[in-house]
Amino acid sequence: MNNIKHRRNKKILTAVNVALLLAIYVAVFVAEQVLPQTSMLFVVLKKGSIYALIAVSMNLLNGFTGLFSLGQAGFMLIGAYVYGIFTIPEEFRQSVYQYFDGGVIHFTVPVVIALVMAGAAAAIFAALIGLPVLRLKSDYLAIATLGFAEILRALFQWKIIGPVTNGSNLLRKFPNFNDFNIKGADGKVAVYLSTLIPFIVAGICILLIVLLIRSSYGRAFRAIRDDEIAAEAMGVNLFKHKQLAFVISSFFAGVGGALLAMYQMAIQANAFTSAMTYEILLIVVIGGLGSVTGSCLGSFLFIAASEWWLRGLDGGTFLGINAPGIFRAGFRKVVFAVIIMLVVLFYRKGIMGDSEFSAKRIAERFRRIFMKRKSKIEVVENE
Amino acid sequence: MDYLPYLLAGVSVGGQYALIAIGYTMVYGILRLINFAHGDIFMAAGLIMIYLCTALPLAVSIPLVLLITVAIGFVIERAAYMPLREAPRMSVMISAIGVSYLIQNLALYLTGGLAKPYISIPWISDTITILGATTRRVTVITPILTILLMIALILLIKKTKIGMAMRAVSRDFDTSRLMGIRVNNVISVTFIIGSLLAAIGSVLYFTNYTAVVPTSGQMPGLKAFVAAVFGGIGSIPGAVLGAFLIGICENLIKSGGGAWTNFSDAFTFVLLIAVLLVRPTGLFAEKKIDKV
Repeated sequence: MNNIKHRRNKKILTAVNVALLLAIYVAVFVAEQVLPQTSMLFVVLKKGSIYALIAVSMNLLNGFTGLFSLGQAGFMLIGAYVYGIFTIPEEFRQSVYQYFDGGVIHFTVPVVIALVMAGAAAAIFAALIGLPVLRLKSDYLAIATLGFAEILRALFQWKIIGPVTNGSNLLRKFPNFNDFNIKGADGKVAVYLSTLIPFIVAGICILLIVLLIRSSYGRAFRAIRDDEIAAEAMGVNLFKHKQLAFVISSFFAGVGGALLAMYQMAIQANAFTSAMTYEILLIVVIGGLGSVTGSCLGSFLFIAASEWWLRGLDGGTFLGINAPGIFRAGFRKVVFAVIIMLVVLFYRKGIMGDSEFSAKRIAERFRRIFMKRKSKIEVVENE
Repeated sequence: MDYLPYLLAGVSVGGQYALIAIGYTMVYGILRLINFAHGDIFMAAGLIMIYLCTALPLAVSIPLVLLITVAIGFVIERAAYMPLREAPRMSVMISAIGVSYLIQNLALYLTGGLAKPYISIPWISDTITILGATTRRVTVITPILTILLMIALILLIKKTKIGMAMRAVSRDFDTSRLMGIRVNNVISVTFIIGSLLAAIGSVLYFTNYTAVVPTSGQMPGLKAFVAAVFGGIGSIPGAVLGAFLIGICENLIKSGGGAWTNFSDAFTFVLLIAVLLVRPTGLFAEKKIDKV
């Protein structure tokens, strides 16, 4: 009897979760049609969803498998370049590759395939470096992956491979999010999709990661994180699972890099610095190591705060206080860094800890409050 | 092709990396922490030097720079690392990354994003000629000063009481606490020495460069860390040797000119990965260490 009730409850909660997600997507779609395109909200939504994907992919490695990797920027770089190289339309190649005689590649692939290729290229690279690097532990792994990211950054700017990567020049004119807006007969945009597209791609990728985490592989990852020796004793093949987590995380980082390129409309290897990896790591920490929803919330908060809410700190006026002497360029980032340090020091679990945000959690919290009140009433009645 | 100027520059840069690398290797030896903020302390010392020199004569500002840098190193340890002493290692490393992010952003704010031109220090930035190659006097001074400081530091660690305490803490944290060593003081001293050497390195390093920007410390910091790993982390002579090697190699690569300049930074990481794979304990590592 109880079991049936439990199962029914679970079904209802899943339905509520799905409905909540759908509501978010519908809200994004509607907002895009109604609000002016210049609203900062769309910057936050676009960049936030892309960062959410990258943060979740990093969390899969750092939070769920316990591998402290700092190579994310490198994998994003591969993804961005693969996407750019294979999608620049033929008619623009001459002007983009102006120093390399139009480049050597003279075909394009559809955007969806290019996104998959971006992920696959990052994953293949991860599989190659995973063989040696994953033998290292904690901080040595961190430094080695950071090192590979730096090597990639130098490699992609190398003149010799310029006909493919355009050397240290920008790659541009590839399809971006605005190309997905559906235009009416009069040439004006009829339906805006430029914010919904990154939401959908990132959503699908995050869903795949969640499915992985919930499978037996995910349980093996967490076992490795909690205690390697115990996991090995239980029959978990350490290297195989570490390699799997590393490759999959890199795949999605590659896709994220391609999306970021679409958002920024230009690619340059020099932008993918270790500072970028650090930012993503800080997002993961703010959201909570080991929480997918935490990473998503963390990225939207991070992007909203840094791109939108704290803007006034740079511009002279913040919360009505006008002090151009203090509130000048760069102050925003200082305040931001201080907040991050406070989170790291005093609120180490982040927003979500290692639990997930869901209808069930909210329901349980309400029930707990309700139960408490009920038991209090009972106590009063008994007296 | 004349390699001598590149070789000289390499030895000089190597000495400057060595001064940073000692800080990394000492902190790692004791706390098992990669102090990601160390390179930024090095950059901060450069900026402080510029600001102080606008108001004070050189003879006052150089000691003052050393003092302020040491204070910064001390405060960072007390504020950002000490509260996390019992936390997992990953948390401390994240805290170090956070400090690095904070210092860089603070520097960006204070400088207004402009590259600050470095002052030219008389005598040490004078041009001299060695074996037909023109260079600055700092090129000759750096390696000598580095070796002297290294010897002084080794004597400090081998002969004095605080040195003995450092060795004890790096061997076994908990036992040395039981033996009555004030572990927190020892760690503070380690950070003070590390920051002092980074400040000295900073004065020598930036003499060769025109300006300081907030990210100036990042690359030298990472390279110095690689040097420390190469020499066997925890070993001071190892770190110095590794730093000289990296400095010389990257300058010889630069002598190839053109496209190779891009790779002079990447070379360091190629070396790092090669070392980690072939001999993860480095050249002169402590006997037992859990890396692999």
